[in-house]
Amino acid sequence: MIIRRALLNTAAGIGLVAGITSAVSAEEITIATVNNGDMIRMQELSSQWEEATGNTIEWAVLEENALRQRVTTDIATGGGQYDVMTIGTYEVPIWGKQGWLMSLNDLPAEWDQADILPAIAGGLTVEGELYAAPFYGESSMVMYRTDLMEAAGLEMPEAPTWTFIREAAAEMTDRENEIYGICARGKAGWGENMAFLTAMSNSFGARWFDEEWNAQFDGEAWANTLNFYVDMMNESGPPGASSNGFNENLTLFQTGKCGMWIDATVAASFITNPNDSQVADSVGFALAPDNGLGPRGNWLWAWSLAVPTSTDAPDAAKSFVAWATSKEYTELVAENEGWANVPPGTRTSLYENPNYASVPFAKMTLDSINSADPNNPTVDPVPYTGVQFVAIPEFQGIATAVGQQFSAALAGTTSVEDALANAQELTTSEMQDAGYQD
Amino acid sequence: MARAISKRRTVIVTILAWTIGLLIFFPILWTVITSFKTEAEAIADPPSLFWFNWTLENYNVVNARSNYPLHFMNSVIISLGSTLIGLAIAVPAAWSMAFVPSKQTKNILMWMLSTKMLPSVGVLIPIYLISRNLGLLDSRIALVVILTLINLPIIVWMLYTYFKEIPIDILEAARMDGASLKSEILYILTPMALPGIASTMLLNIILAWNEAFWTLNLTAAKAAPLTAFIASYSSPEGLFYAKLSAASTMAIAPILIMGWFSQKQLVRGLTFGAVK
Repeated sequence: MIIRRALLNTAAGIGLVAGITSAVSAEEITIATVNNGDMIRMQELSSQWEEATGNTIEWAVLEENALRQRVTTDIATGGGQYDVMTIGTYEVPIWGKQGWLMSLNDLPAEWDQADILPAIAGGLTVEGELYAAPFYGESSMVMYRTDLMEAAGLEMPEAPTWTFIREAAAEMTDRENEIYGICARGKAGWGENMAFLTAMSNSFGARWFDEEWNAQFDGEAWANTLNFYVDMMNESGPPGASSNGFNENLTLFQTGKCGMWIDATVAASFITNPNDSQVADSVGFALAPDNGLGPRGNWLWAWSLAVPTSTDAPDAAKSFVAWATSKEYTELVAENEGWANVPPGTRTSLYENPNYASVPFAKMTLDSINSADPNNPTVDPVPYTGVQFVAIPEFQGIATAVGQQFSAALAGTTSVEDALANAQELTTSEMQDAGYQD
Repeated sequence: MARAISKRRTVIVTILAWTIGLLIFFPILWTVITSFKTEAEAIADPPSLFWFNWTLENYNVVNARSNYPLHFMNSVIISLGSTLIGLAIAVPAAWSMAFVPSKQTKNILMWMLSTKMLPSVGVLIPIYLISRNLGLLDSRIALVVILTLINLPIIVWMLYTYFKEIPIDILEAARMDGASLKSEILYILTPMALPGIASTMLLNIILAWNEAFWTLNLTAAKAAPLTAFIASYSSPEGLFYAKLSAASTMAIAPILIMGWFSQKQLVRGLTFGAVK
């Protein structure tokens, strides 16, 4: 039965790619991708696409930051080194507007564009053109120790508030035994502490810019956000939290030192894996906290496959993108690796599949993704898209500088007031230099 | 008495030298040990130095996932190629600066060194565009040329320092015996400066082997050396320390072995002049 289903899936996948490549002779394409588990799996399974189409693939697999630098240089200079690029929701709208990416609106009907989750598709579409196909989507959520929560006499709501999180963190903290109620990102960087704090600030009613692109760090909402964050981390966070990013917090959680951890949904598979985690059997999940203002403190990200206009093999590249982001590919992964390992968070049909419903973190991942809206991320209106980032080219530089200020506030080397004042000043200056204001 | 002090001093210096040596070597040793752990043991607290279940699983995974021989050969070709071309240019350059100096020699030397002060990323776009226009992106030729140019100032400076210590009288004596310029450089200067040339060569191979800006930014898949191989195992979202350590061990092992076998030459060249 399994073999038959596998053959059917493979045949369907081959049919999909064959439809696209029937008029194309064999070509070699170069694919740049990040080195996370889902992409490595795609690399391993890609021989099936090669066999079906006769095309061959050269892989450039790198860690996220090295990859971003490399593909940005290549696409900005029209280098043409890559035929398929793995990029995120930050790059897609900027590069799409620049005309650097090919529209994927012409992918075949079987690919089923309408099946893509609306929140994800919204972040990858510019003026009606889909510029990247989502490979997997992720949000952020609360991951917590069920045993510690029970010992504290508390019950985690499915949708907690920030006030509850802070109180629960204080109850769970046991510094003598090196157990800290809350772990969160503190390391400076636009993709580190600023991803967490920007998403958190949305739920506090804050925003980076008003509709005239004026920086908003001098407002009450940002003061509330940063004060709450610093106070909560000082009360219940681990020592040296200002140096902690995803990996440091993952280590702390896996070794039983975090009561709660608010971070990317992709972490769920790591902390529930008994081979890697000492607390795998006592992990619970909840939506990211809110303050009752509408937006929750979770982010939205989708690693996606895009075809640069500088490619000299657009048909083969699109054929690969269609194959790797198809429903048939999902089935193929499920056949080979199990449903828990299929790329999550991109298609509605996946969450309607009864086989996937049994995966413990599936529902929470979907609910988290659906609760984030990249086109309306804040309480007050903003001129930008992006939940944990502002989709403008200047954001990486500005947010990293602001992140250094906020990390210093957490470390205690500067006050929250000074950090916000400095953030306001440097953001205003950069935005004026970039021509957003007169 | 003097002998007792001397003996005590020898013991102290020996202990100090071993302590410093072990401190410097410890990160490499830790990397090698971690490469034999599981991912869970790699992050265990407290960490275990030797008493864990040793496994070759990480090496199996790395070998299955990456094309190590390709990356290794790219590293060998790029580092050896850039070193040999660099030496071919630097030996005559250093000879002329050491033995036929002009008024501007010192300024030229300082200018050459000043190019090392320029942040590489500052010239990334121009170099990238030139490579693109010449069709040399993701090619070993481009990396050999760029690494030659990057390391040339250091090679010239090192050779200049060694050559300066060779008495010019010896070269003049050779000239009086009828030696041509070519013979002078090949048969008199080079043998005398051999330890210096060898240590310069070894140091340059190490620098080229470890170079991780241009080798990462100008390559995609075909010309990517071991630096790109390592970069595919670090991750800001995921703990793969054991696999990263296995990849790092495989990347540094060749240069570590080369350094071990040539340490005598390397130390001699770095600590002594040509004729001391």
